[in-house]
Amino acid sequence: MIKLGGTRVPMREQDPRERIKNFKSVPLGYNEEEVIQEAQRCIQCKGLPCETECPINMKILEMIREIANGNFKKAFFLVKEDNPIPAITGRVCPQESQCEGACPLSKRGHGINIGKLEAFVADWARKNKIKEEFHIKEKEEKVAVIGSGPAGISCAVDLRKFGFQVTMFEALHKAGGVLQYGIPAFRLPTEVVDYEIQYLNDIGVDIKLNFFVGQNIKFDELRREFDSIFIATGAGAPMFMNIPGENLKGVYSANEFLIRVNLMKAYKFLEYDTPIICSGTIGIIGAGNVAMDAARCALRLGVERVYVLYRRTKKESPARAEEIQHALEEGIILKELVAPKRLIGDGDGWLKETELYEMELGEPDKSGRPRPIKIEGSEFKIKVNTIVEALGSMPNRLFLSRTPELEVNKWGQINVDLNLRTNIEGVYAGGDAIRGNATVILALGDGRKAAESIRNYIRNKSRRNLVL
Amino acid sequence: MIHKIVSKKKLNHDTYKIEIKAAHVAERFRAGQFVIIRIHDKGERIPLTVSSTDSKKGTITLIFQVVGKTTFELSTLNAGDSILNCVGPLGNPTEIKLFGRVICIGGGTGIACIYPIVKALVEAGNKVISILGARTDRMLILESEIKEISSKTYISTDDGSKGHHGFVTDVLKIILKENHTAKTINRILVIGPPQMMKAAAEVTRPYQIKTIASLNTIMIDGTGMCGCCRTYVNGEMKLACIDGPEFDAHKVDFDSVISRLSMFRQKEVLAYKDFKKRMRLK
Ligand SMILES: Cc1cc2nc3c(=O)[nH]c(=O)nc-3n(C[C@H](O)[C@H](O)[C@H](O)COP(=O)(O)OP(=O)(O)OC[C@H]3O[C@@H](n4cnc5c(N)ncnc54)[C@H](O)[C@@H]3O)c2cc1C
Ligand SMILES: Cc1cc2nc3c(=O)[nH]c(=O)nc-3n(C[C@H](O)[C@H](O)[C@H](O)COP(=O)(O)OP(=O)(O)OC[C@H]3O[C@@H](n4cnc5c(N)ncnc54)[C@H](O)[C@@H]3O)c2cc1C
Ligand code: SF4
Ligand code: SF4
Ligand code: FES
Repeated sequence: MIKLGGTRVPMREQDPRERIKNFKSVPLGYNEEEVIQEAQRCIQCKGLPCETECPINMKILEMIREIANGNFKKAFFLVKEDNPIPAITGRVCPQESQCEGACPLSKRGHGINIGKLEAFVADWARKNKIKEEFHIKEKEEKVAVIGSGPAGISCAVDLRKFGFQVTMFEALHKAGGVLQYGIPAFRLPTEVVDYEIQYLNDIGVDIKLNFFVGQNIKFDELRREFDSIFIATGAGAPMFMNIPGENLKGVYSANEFLIRVNLMKAYKFLEYDTPIICSGTIGIIGAGNVAMDAARCALRLGVERVYVLYRRTKKESPARAEEIQHALEEGIILKELVAPKRLIGDGDGWLKETELYEMELGEPDKSGRPRPIKIEGSEFKIKVNTIVEALGSMPNRLFLSRTPELEVNKWGQINVDLNLRTNIEGVYAGGDAIRGNATVILALGDGRKAAESIRNYIRNKSRRNLVL
Repeated sequence: MIHKIVSKKKLNHDTYKIEIKAAHVAERFRAGQFVIIRIHDKGERIPLTVSSTDSKKGTITLIFQVVGKTTFELSTLNAGDSILNCVGPLGNPTEIKLFGRVICIGGGTGIACIYPIVKALVEAGNKVISILGARTDRMLILESEIKEISSKTYISTDDGSKGHHGFVTDVLKIILKENHTAKTINRILVIGPPQMMKAAAEVTRPYQIKTIASLNTIMIDGTGMCGCCRTYVNGEMKLACIDGPEFDAHKVDFDSVISRLSMFRQKEVLAYKDFKKRMRLK
C-alpha cells in the first residue's frame, strides 16, 4: 500500500561508469507500476502550490490523479491542453525551482517527481501512437514563425489549432533550436525532439529549413507576404571572454562544441563527417546548464579530466540541480572561485595552459548572487588541452542589424509589451529573443501567449476591414 | 530540400565545376557571397563561393578543389545526383561601385571566387587588371572568361609553365612599381590561400591602397552562432560568416587565420583516408 507523502519512488538511471561511454538517456524513466506509485503519493494540496509555480500553470493535480488511477491516456490529453511538448519540459524544466520546488513534500527531499510523471505520459503516448486529435477549421490568414525552438514550436501549434496557415523559417538544416543543437541526447533523446517536429509537419506547419531571415530572405518580404509574424530567434550568438589566447587551436565557444557534438553528431565521427578535437584535460568556463552539458559531452568523448572552472561556488550555479548532481557523479571536477586571465599556447598555435585568478565572493549583485571579485596576485596556471567557453549567449546580431526598425534594449533583446507585441504592427516576439538566456518553459509560454495575441490581432484587423 | 546536380565538369586534376539547382540562391546572389552545403544526412557543412548563377534556369555554379573528404565526395557525384542542403546566399556581398582602376588577384580555386567580383566590377564601369596564379599551367581555371572582361590579365605559375615564373605577388610588385601605376590603382581585391593573401597585403601596404581579402575560415552554421569562423581584424574579434567574408587585408591577423585552419587536420586526414578505403571496398 502506498503511503501518502512517503518517500519518492527512485528513478532508475544508467550507472555513471557505463553512461560516460554513451550518449543514451541517463534517467531510464518510470515504468507503469512505478509511475502509479509515485503519483499515489501526492497529498492533493489545497491551493495547488505546484500549479501556481509552473510558469504555464499546468493542471498538475488532475494529471497526477489520472496517472494514479492508471488513466495514462486521459492524463496525456490533460497535459497537452496546456503544454504541447511535455516529453521535453518533463526532462529539462528546472523543476526544483518551479512545480516540484513548491511541493510541500520537497521540504523533506521527497517532492513529487512531477517532471518525470509528465515525461512518462508523453513517452507513453508516443510509444502507443496516441495523438491529440483536433479538428482544424482552416482560415486564410498566414502567419510566419521565425525560429524553430520551443517558442516557435508552441506558437506554431496553437496557430494551427486556430486554423491559420503557418510557415516556420529555420536557419539551420534541422528544426528544434536549442533542443536540437544544444541539449545533448543523454538528457533529451534526439528521437523525442524529432517526434515533436514530425508532429508539426503532421498538423500542417510548413517548415522551411535553411532560411536565415534577414540574410537569405528579407524580413520585409515576410511582412509583405504574411498577416502576422512571430519572432522566436532565440539568443544563440556566443559570448567570448575577450582575454588573450582565444584564437588558439583547442578553444571553443560552448555553441561550437555542442553544435559539433549534437547537431552534427561528431561523437559518431567517421560515420558522421564533422570532427571534434578534444582529449587530455579540458576546462569548461562557467557552470550553468550549458557548461554542464559541454562537460558531460567531453567526458563521453573520452577526455581524461574535465574541470568546470567557475568564478562563484556550486551554491550559486544556475544549472538544474539534476545536471550538477549527474555531472559530479560522472566525475567532472568543479573548481570553484576561479576565473581565467589568459590562455597560453605551445608555440605551434595550440592551447597548452590557462592562467587563472582566484576569486572571492562580495556583496550580492543585480542577479542577487554574491559578486565574484578577483584576488590580485593570486594567479596560477593549470595545464589544459581544450577550453570551452560557456559564458552565455546573445541574440543574433545579424538578424537585428537587418531589422533596424525593430526596437531592442541594450542587450539586443527585442522590446515587447505584455501581449508580446513589438513596436512593429503585427509583429510579435518571445522566448530567448526577448529574455536573453532563459528556459524552455518560459519560451513555450511566450509562444502560446503570442499565438493568442496574433489571433486577436488578426480578428480585429479583419473586423476593421469589414467596417471599412 | 534536395538540390539536383544539373551538370558537372572536371576542370583539372583536382578541381571540379558543378551546377546545381538552387533557385532561391540564384535569384538573390550578389558577387562575393557563398553557400553552405551538406551532401547527405551524415555530411559536414562546408562553405563554397558561388562562382556564377543562371536565374532563368534557377541554378548556381560552384567550383571546388578536392582537399579532403567532403570535397572528394562531392567530386564523385554526377549530373542527376543531388545534395541534401544548400543554404545561401550567405555573407556580405562585395562592395561594388565605380572605384576606377581595380586589381583583382585570384590564386588557385580563389580564381573561381574572384570571377563574379571581376564581372560585377566591370559592369559597374571599373577597369579591372586581373592577376591569376596557379601551381602550373594545367591548373589554371577560368582564364579565358576573366581575360575577356578584364582590361589586362596577368598569369603566374609556380613552375613557370605559363606566364610569369613565380607567384602572383611578384606580378603585383612589378605592376605597382611601374611608373606611377600604384597611384592610379584605387582598390585591390585578393582571394586565394591565406598565405598568398597575407603576402599580397604586405606588398600593397606601403602603397596604402585599400586591399580586400576574402577569408576562408572553417565554418559550420554560417549564421553567427558557433563562433568557429572568428578572426581578428584590427585586434577585434569578427565572425567571417556574418561580418565578412571580406575584410581589410591590412588589418587581418592572417597568422591566426592560417593557424586555426589546421585545427582539425589530424581528424580530416583520417576521414579522407577512411572514406577512400570504403569507396574501394564498394
Ligand atoms: C546547452 C543548453 C542547455 C540548456 N538547458 C536547458 C535546460 O535544461 N532547461 C531549460 O529550461 N532550458 C535550458 N536551456 C535554455 C533553453 O534551451 C532556451 O531558453 C530555449 O531553447 C529558448 O527557446 P527559443 O525558442 O526562444 O529559442 P532557441 O531554442 O534558441 O531557437 C531559436 C531558433 O531560431 C533560429 N534562428 C535564429 N535566427 C534566425 C533567423 N534570422 N532566421 C531563421 N531562424 C533563426 C535558430 O537557428 C534556432 O534554431 C539550455 C540552453 C542551452 C544552449
Ligand atoms: C567563405 C568561403 C568560401 C569558400 N569557397 C570555396 C570555393 O569556392 N572553392 C573551394 O574549393 N573551396 C572554397 N572554400 C574552402 C572550402 O570550404 C574547403 O576546402 C572545404 O571546407 C574543405 O572540406 P573537406 O571536407 O573537403 O576538407 P577537410 O578535410 O575539411 O580539409 C582538408 C584541408 O583543407 C583545409 N581546410 C579545411 N577547411 C577549410 C576552409 N574552409 N578553407 C580552406 N581550407 C580549409 C584543412 O586545413 C585541411 O588541411 C571556401 C571557404 C570559405 C570559408
Ligand atoms: S511544465 Fe515544467 S514547471 Fe510546469 S509542471 Fe511541467 S515540469 Fe513542472
Ligand atoms: S504540491 Fe505536491 S503534493 Fe501538493 S498537489 Fe502538487 S504535486 Fe501533489
Ligand atoms: S560559421 Fe558559425 S559563427 Fe560563423
